[in-house]
Amino acid sequence: MSEFLMPSLGADMAAGTLRFWLRKPGDHIARGEIIAEVETEKGIVEVESYVTGTIERLLVEPGTQVPVGTPLALVRTEGEVAAASPPAQAPSAPAPPLPAVTTTPLVPPRRPRVSPLARRRAKALGIEAEQLAGTGPDGAVTVDDVERAVLPGGAPTTRKPSGVPSPSSPAERVAAMRRAIGAAMARSKREIPHYYLRTTVDFGPALAWLEQANEKRPVVERLLPAVLFVRAVALALREVPELNARWAGDEPRPNEHINVGFAITLRGGGLVAPALLDADRESLDVLMRAFARVVEDARAGLQRSSQMAEGTITVTSLGERGVETVFPIIYPPQVAVVGVGRVVERPWVVDGRVVVRPVVDITLAGDHRATDGHRGGLFLAKVGQLLAHPEAL
Amino acid sequence: MTKDEIRAVIVRRLGDIAPGAELDGLSETADLRDALDLDSMDQLSLLGGIEKELHVTVPPADVSRLRSLRDCVTYVAGRLGVG
Repeated sequence: MSEFLMPSLGADMAAGTLRFWLRKPGDHIARGEIIAEVETEKGIVEVESYVTGTIERLLVEPGTQVPVGTPLALVRTEGEVAAASPPAQAPSAPAPPLPAVTTTPLVPPRRPRVSPLARRRAKALGIEAEQLAGTGPDGAVTVDDVERAVLPGGAPTTRKPSGVPSPSSPAERVAAMRRAIGAAMARSKREIPHYYLRTTVDFGPALAWLEQANEKRPVVERLLPAVLFVRAVALALREVPELNARWAGDEPRPNEHINVGFAITLRGGGLVAPALLDADRESLDVLMRAFARVVEDARAGLQRSSQMAEGTITVTSLGERGVETVFPIIYPPQVAVVGVGRVVERPWVVDGRVVVRPVVDITLAGDHRATDGHRGGLFLAKVGQLLAHPEAL
Repeated sequence: MTKDEIRAVIVRRLGDIAPGAELDGLSETADLRDALDLDSMDQLSLLGGIEKELHVTVPPADVSRLRSLRDCVTYVAGRLGVG
């Protein structure tokens, strides 16, 4: 029997509130399947199962806040025999029955607007978002409408029953996120001996290649410079794997997967850094789709547990309209963070002649307990070499 | 389609991209990135919205011409042949 625990979704998370179970006892679940939703200071997280098996018992009721590491459910992994007797007095809430959705269209004057997040949530819950009554602007169906629809006895417009945490106000969420970020960064600055390195890279080849590559693509498939940076960082980490590590106890442990977190600024304040998983193995197109999705999700206040918990390095780009050079702070338990500045035109020497080139500053903050500046320098040089040949990324 | 209709589509798209932004007071000539704190992903979303709803694909070389709301409306109107 395997215990499914409240996951740690980053150094800045101490506890989480279980919002919903998306599976019930007896359900078969596959590794990677979303089985619950948890609310943290950084938003709503879809929690994926890390085992394949059958849910035996749910141990925590929706609406309960529990510390990281608390067992949430018991899962019988494949090969195990079912419990002899049914669990007595399981403290779990049975999965709410799906409500009868309106089957007669309300004759809307036009197709009802459904937020992307609400659409995905509805799909996960197996209901039709278009058939719900929306309470958002112009009758748009919001994620709250979807959530209300699956509550016990919930009809699209009923009030929330007790037991389910009502979302805190935006101001409270921002304040909570600020505290969480502050705690993680204070710990980082207190415990991690950072070293900082910077290199300036000629970004002309990358910009020219991007413009040409995007010329042939519809807008939704266009590539942004951010994915070139992520990809170059991921490939460079293959050569300096000790920077792609997480602390495990007293030692930094290089990770076999290269999961590049990307810092995303949220409107209203705060930031999150969901990871693009296996960024070294995916094509630029796949990375771009993943990037677009995590940005959309993050700004809608939704993340996936694997993206939050499995980052092995972070890239932060503050340069689009801002600074030329970023001096980032490492996000524990990672051991390195890469900063990307603004692309600016500067005099640059090519073949002994001064020419004007678009250049970008790329920085590395490394944990001196895990690596030395020499290895960090090799890593940054490799990133620069990769960006000089974008066609090979 | 009139310029006002084009403008309405673009403003609605901006509202989706930057929820909570004060679009009523948005200057016609302000740089949208500064006025609404848009990043490159937001700009891509706006271009996607223009392509989807107004059927105008902005080639990469033209993207830098669409800085303000007026720029966007003028550009799309020009491509659609709207006076």
